[in-house]
Amino acid sequence: MAAPYGRPLCAGYRTLFKDIEHLVRLIAVIAIALAAFVILRAAVVPASFGQYGHYRGAALPETAARPIAFAGHEACEACHSDVVDQKKQGRHVVVACEACHGALAKHADDPASVTPPKLNTAIVCARCHEANSAKPKGFPQVVTADHSGGIACDTCHQPHRPKIEAETEAKSEAKTTKTEGKK
Amino acid sequence: MDITRRRLLVLLPAAAVAWKYVLAGTPEASPNYHLTDHWWSMLIDIPKCIGCGSCVRACSEENDVPEGFYRTWIERYHVSDWRIERPEVESPNGGKQGFPPNADVSGKNFFVPKLCNHCADSPCTQVCPVGATFVTPDGVVLVDKNYCLGCRYCVQACPYGCRFINPKTNTAEKCSLCYHRITKGLTTACCEVCPTGARQLADLKNPKDPIHEFLKTHTVQVLKPQMATGAKTFYNGLDGSVR
Repeated sequence: MAAPYGRPLCAGYRTLFKDIEHLVRLIAVIAIALAAFVILRAAVVPASFGQYGHYRGAALPETAARPIAFAGHEACEACHSDVVDQKKQGRHVVVACEACHGALAKHADDPASVTPPKLNTAIVCARCHEANSAKPKGFPQVVTADHSGGIACDTCHQPHRPKIEAETEAKSEAKTTKTEGKK
Repeated sequence: MDITRRRLLVLLPAAAVAWKYVLAGTPEASPNYHLTDHWWSMLIDIPKCIGCGSCVRACSEENDVPEGFYRTWIERYHVSDWRIERPEVESPNGGKQGFPPNADVSGKNFFVPKLCNHCADSPCTQVCPVGATFVTPDGVVLVDKNYCLGCRYCVQACPYGCRFINPKTNTAEKCSLCYHRITKGLTTACCEVCPTGARQLADLKNPKDPIHEFLKTHTVQVLKPQMATGAKTFYNGLDGSVR
């Protein structure tokens, strides 16, 4: 083999590379392995992997595509304006519709065929208003067994505006400073 | 149908094309939502929590959480007058059906709702060997259930115990901060139904979000700040006994 630039090769170089055929084979094996790795990697790693970081970027729209179960109170208020007006008069104005009525996105999508179930106020009201020493002191609580004896709360209270009318009038006559919406 | 060599040669490229669509995922559901415009967090106002369990029930229904597992749950703390260092914590059925009256009404009693803290430097995402759980550019810690192996590393790594293995899918599961709702402009299911406003979804990148005023005017804490997880679930009125 001719030495580059016409310089004589040293003895060590000559013995080390007297036949470069094995190097060619080695390079070919590495090149095939590299090509196989690149092809396999492209086939196995999802297209969106690394879009935002070390994860599949497509997982974000996939997670976001899940259908909703709770429509949100804005959706309810678009139709039920009478209830909105009622709620505005009482402290339940801050309570979203689906907090009591349950998930109703299906009803919001198709109001005609999906109707919400009627609620048992004896159970629904007690979830929040049953007395418990861990509840904040200002929160209205009753021991339902003593307060109503288990009868439905809407026998006396209107759930959307829970303060009883006669009670409010009696208090305003007595000129108490306690008003609706004040703790 | 017999799988002949000819048929296999036709079927394989067809399967490859189908798999490509699987990998590409579903198209963007909300085109007006920009990932980099948001940095989601949650505010929990402990003095407002009444332990009604509405959030737990709503979460289960919204996200189809298997029975006996909770993406969010409520704990009731009982701190007695003299054993302050040993608070008693209970969470019957995750607080899903509310709480029975306290056996001991003395001392200090209060509710603490818990959920994923959506840590900015989350330990759970760092241990995932395959990149199946991650912090999104809008600050939500998600699990890619199609990529998760179910190795349970993340379940062990979470200092807050917020993760579990879904027995149906055998993949890790956790609070997604209702990613399918917040990207559509809705609030999370738990915040939607919370009757007292004890839970508030907050976008830290939105300068108009009321959380900024709240954080300025209140003493707000995160759980286990010593873990330096960059937790983003903020607690107002957090008692020192809460673990």
